[in-house]
Amino acid sequence: MTFAKPKFRHPKSTKNKVGYLKSDYLGTVSTLCAGCGHDSISGAIVQACYELDIEPHKLAKLSGIGCSSKTPAYFLSNSHGFNSVHGRMPSIATGANLANKNLTYLGVSGDGDSASIGIGQFMHVIRRNLNMTYIVMNNGCYGLTKGQDSATADVGSINKTGMSNEYEPIDLAALALELGSSFVARSFSGDKTQLVPLIKAALSHPGFAFIDVISPCVTFNNNVGSTKSYDFVREHMEVTSSIDFVPHKDEITVDYQPGHRMDVELHDGSVLKLDKLAPNWNPFDRNSAIGQLQLAKSRNEVLTGLLFIDENTKDLHKKLNTVDVPLNTLNHTNLCPGQDALDKINDNLR
Amino acid sequence: MYSVNDFVIRFANVNGTGSASANGIFAKSIFRLGVPIAPKNIFPSNIQGLPTWYEVRISEKGYLGRRDGIDIVVGVNPQTYADDIASIKSGGYFVYDNSKRLHDSFFREDIHFVGVPMMKLAMDNYTDSRKQQLFKNIIYLGAISALIDLDIEIVKETIAKTFARKPKLIVPNYEALEIGYNYTKENCNCPIDFRVRKSDKTGDSIVIDGNAATALGLVYGGATVGAWYPITPSTSVASSFEKYCHKLRVDKETGKNNFAIVQAEDELSAIGMVIGANWNGARAFTATSGPGVSLMNEFIGLAYFAEIPVTLINVQRGGPSTGMPTRSQQADIISSAYASHGDTKHVLLFPSNPTECFQFSALALDLADRLQTPVIVMSDLDLGMNEHMTAPFKWDETKAYDKGKVLNAEELDEIEVFGRYLDVDKDGITYRTIPGTHPTKGSYFTRGTSHNEYAKYSEAGDDYVKKVDRLLIKWETAKKLVPKPRFENAASKTPYGMLFFGTTNYAAYETLDLLGENGIQIDAMSIKAFPFTTEIFEFLENHERIFVIEQNRDAQMRSLIINEYNYDPKKLDSILHYDGTPITAHYISTSISKALNKSEKQSQAL
Repeated sequence: MTFAKPKFRHPKSTKNKVGYLKSDYLGTVSTLCAGCGHDSISGAIVQACYELDIEPHKLAKLSGIGCSSKTPAYFLSNSHGFNSVHGRMPSIATGANLANKNLTYLGVSGDGDSASIGIGQFMHVIRRNLNMTYIVMNNGCYGLTKGQDSATADVGSINKTGMSNEYEPIDLAALALELGSSFVARSFSGDKTQLVPLIKAALSHPGFAFIDVISPCVTFNNNVGSTKSYDFVREHMEVTSSIDFVPHKDEITVDYQPGHRMDVELHDGSVLKLDKLAPNWNPFDRNSAIGQLQLAKSRNEVLTGLLFIDENTKDLHKKLNTVDVPLNTLNHTNLCPGQDALDKINDNLR
Repeated sequence: MYSVNDFVIRFANVNGTGSASANGIFAKSIFRLGVPIAPKNIFPSNIQGLPTWYEVRISEKGYLGRRDGIDIVVGVNPQTYADDIASIKSGGYFVYDNSKRLHDSFFREDIHFVGVPMMKLAMDNYTDSRKQQLFKNIIYLGAISALIDLDIEIVKETIAKTFARKPKLIVPNYEALEIGYNYTKENCNCPIDFRVRKSDKTGDSIVIDGNAATALGLVYGGATVGAWYPITPSTSVASSFEKYCHKLRVDKETGKNNFAIVQAEDELSAIGMVIGANWNGARAFTATSGPGVSLMNEFIGLAYFAEIPVTLINVQRGGPSTGMPTRSQQADIISSAYASHGDTKHVLLFPSNPTECFQFSALALDLADRLQTPVIVMSDLDLGMNEHMTAPFKWDETKAYDKGKVLNAEELDEIEVFGRYLDVDKDGITYRTIPGTHPTKGSYFTRGTSHNEYAKYSEAGDDYVKKVDRLLIKWETAKKLVPKPRFENAASKTPYGMLFFGTTNYAAYETLDLLGENGIQIDAMSIKAFPFTTEIFEFLENHERIFVIEQNRDAQMRSLIINEYNYDPKKLDSILHYDGTPITAHYISTSISKALNKSEKQSQAL
């Protein structure tokens, strides 16, 4: 189900350097639950691409399966998109990138898509240092199948059925650091002032750029006791009256100064602890980034911001020593060695 | 028992001892003598220490299928002496290493035993143990050359050609060869009853394994992206592709590669990369075997439904599960034809020799682009990993690649509204665009979920039905594009037909001669592709009784024919061979003769 968006544009809309209005970067109307954190991330992507002056047709957006993976329909309608199979977006992105190194590749995934079924592909695309931006919209649960715990749910986090999660969470940012990702960041869907610059930095980064974005699920991870949830006490009875009921919520936003830790009080009274990286943080030190993530975890805090960047990175094309032009522009004159070469091969086989 | 240029010789080795090189030189030398050869490796799924055999059928008549019964065994592996000796036909020869005395219990009255002290000769001539091991192989090559009257100069030529890039190895190999040759000439009765003689039956043929030929076809066909995961017996498709690319596809000016090869983390990722690359306008392929195709099933369905070209090489082995990873079968017919969940069917090509591997893998890239769908090349272990004598490769240089219906920016400017899945030409094939082509036109959202003609998400039943029904129109179009079957008609009209595909061809064509000698007339059809073309249907209609010969248990090709044509199963007799060894003409002809005799008796009884 898709809705048409109004064509009306604000008369004061300004074009970016490549001649596009911000509205040119929009997608179709979202069919996610109202108040879903993912929509804020879509908005941040639109803003980042507009501000970065990316020509929409020069970007390819790719995803797997899940709520997060539906979002590429909701941004950048003028870009080619590929909604692939569950957990396998990285391989599609790898092939696409190998075919044309000159486009910008934006992959969108979720915690189910990347931390469970697709963890193998997630890890190997990092190893290869594919030049792409990889955003995980991380809500700790499976939304489309109605709220099962995901592998990023914290120990002790209570799910919708009241069960406490007993299994160790997978920290995708820590994993990315461990596997040699050349850009690692973590953010919060409600923090656009942080997220937009991070996405811009990631899209500009010439290697694999990973952003883990905590993005609460308004519908299935909204119970008290969940570490990735918000819930309205005053709407609680509505939720229990029908499991299909989707409460309308305002998105949570947070605004704070660099270097400050901030406790964000969620709608249900639980607290999301954000720790913005200090201004003197060295983003080039992988070891300290891994240490800081561990430290934050032990304090029950969510560390956000740019965690690590290696600007002098060697992406997959460099590793494979491919020609400068995109492989998809080569034709038989470049690719077919001809009958003379074949005659020599034949001779050698006699 | 005297026989010239017509016998089967088998080398019984231990794997990991370097015997492959010596055995290869043997087969190539016979070929260079002008005598057709059919070599087969029979090897375990193991690196070192287990028995391995190398069998060469030498056939002046040019029969390239496996033949039952072994005339000569060169026994270098005491572990398998008992079985090796038992496998020899009466009147045959067991050539063995008598450095240690052969126990009396091994002797058979009806075969000849020729002892050559291979290890002792190696120890006497070489001090280094690795050299003793390696040159022992060349010593037995010299011994067998003397026994079958193979001109040692021809073997030397082959050695020189084999080690052209490592010239230091040539002379030491000559020396080892002569050690074995001279010892045998002086101490054994040479030549034996099975011998070779110079002939002219190889023409301009070449000798190559199917996987290397497939890889070369992919290079010539314009594949730029190869993604793969190691699996026997397909691994050498990828490694050969890489080898040929480094030779033929490096830009001379910049030293940069006109190709990208990725060893993926698994088969799922390999085919994902292929789909991504093809979606983005490059020609990409993956090579795997049955277990890999099983893993790729979900993605194959996506490519079918989202209409993305895929070239997939399936080098079949013995299944199910891990099955017989180093043995050959044609047992992935159904699982490849209908791979993935939902209603799917895929184009299959059945090469029967390396020349067709070359042609069909290049063709697969064209067909995949033209039809915007997965195309699977159905090779097998026998074809892929064994060397075959085959026609030389030819390439039509006047032909450009068929990239199919891809719109460029100018063409997009001319269209008012672009519909990715709009059947403009009514052939079931729609126009596609490559990302980055046009600033405002042609972008669309690719998805495996149901979509309408404009690539918009749709759960409407009629949109879905329209889509999947159009894919059937495309299927009809495919029938006009795939290779037609090859026929071999009997001298006179006959109600009997036999059909086969892939490597069964070798034995099947030999069968025609065997049956002819027994006065049985039968028409033959070699199937080259699925979907089945009209010619196949006509063949089925024009015969009363058809033998479907295949190398699997469940008569999978027969099922496909019955299913696709609603064909009368009673008219289709199965001849099935599935022990992992390549099928033989003897097996086929005996089966057909028995079946026809039986039905004759039945009709007489009535």
